Amino acid sequence: MKSQTRTVAADVMVSLHQPEEATLKKYVIGFTGSLVLTFGAYLLTQYGALSKPVMIIVLAILALSQFVLQLIYFLHVGKEFSPRLKLLVTIFMVLIVFILVAGSIWIMDNLKGRMMSQSNMVKYMNSQNGL
Amino acid sequence: MSEAVSELKVTNKLIAKYDKDTKTIFGFWVYLMTDCVLFASLFAVFAVLRHNTYGGPTAQGLFNLNYVMIETMALLTSSFTAGLALLSAQRKRVKHTLFWFGVTFTLGLTFLILELSEFSRFVAQGDSWRRSGFLSSYFTLVGTHGLHIAIGLLWMLIMMAFILKRGLNDTTLKRIRMLSLFWHFLDVVWIFIFTIVYLFGVLGV
Repeated sequence: MKSQTRTVAADVMVSLHQPEEATLKKYVIGFTGSLVLTFGAYLLTQYGALSKPVMIIVLAILALSQFVLQLIYFLHVGKEFSPRLKLLVTIFMVLIVFILVAGSIWIMDNLKGRMMSQSNMVKYMNSQNGL
Repeated sequence: MSEAVSELKVTNKLIAKYDKDTKTIFGFWVYLMTDCVLFASLFAVFAVLRHNTYGGPTAQGLFNLNYVMIETMALLTSSFTAGLALLSAQRKRVKHTLFWFGVTFTLGLTFLILELSEFSRFVAQGDSWRRSGFLSSYFTLVGTHGLHIAIGLLWMLIMMAFILKRGLNDTTLKRIRMLSLFWHFLDVVWIFIFTIVYLFGVLGV
């Protein structure tokens, strides 16, 4: 009985005093990776000769890779015990952000397509005698 | 036997304390994720208004990518040193922790000063938030991030005072963990500002 309790206590002490997530190796990997991705994006934009649509895709991929890299190596997402609430909340956030941003752009772009051109608007306003 | 019981009590206390701290940090994480919704709204506004320059400057004419790159490097490095501060704190090295927080603070302040001097340069040449829809959304988005940085810097100063006064006890360590989460989070938001506002802006997307 006594020895068993001691083992439990020892385990808890060890798990409490060990840095459970953060290690120097992880921070170095995260930092180096982010540096490479940031400089890659900067150099491509400043000196690259790719066409615009290709550049958009490349830069988006570089940004998303850096996002995932920092989530894992700086913010330690996905390194917790089950139930993985932190991971769940993070994935939900990505979903909400996607709906919010993509939805806004979609709706506003659609509205823009339905807008009258400025010359037509002036013509219309003149014919209506200023409403 | 009584020794075993008392040891069990200590163990239970430790587990309870650990659970409470874990919950606090998880709660802080949920706050950070809701903060993302604020930034997402501002990103959406920027995406919609980015071409509405109303005869004012376009992103291509306004932004200097080399300058933004220096800002980005300052913030990215400060994110790394904030991690080093947390590592030192977990190893109970007070001097190391204070040193790395000092480096993080200096780099963060450099970032903020660079950003504010860019803002004041824009305003001085007549390109303030009142100039066009593009500039309104630009100042709001980047300014909100800058405000978060300013709050983070203030928090870091208070944290350093706490460490000096109380040392690295469990409560201080818990707060340091939240502060480092906050700081890394701000760098993650900056990845998207750097790409969407500045890189896409210079490309004229």
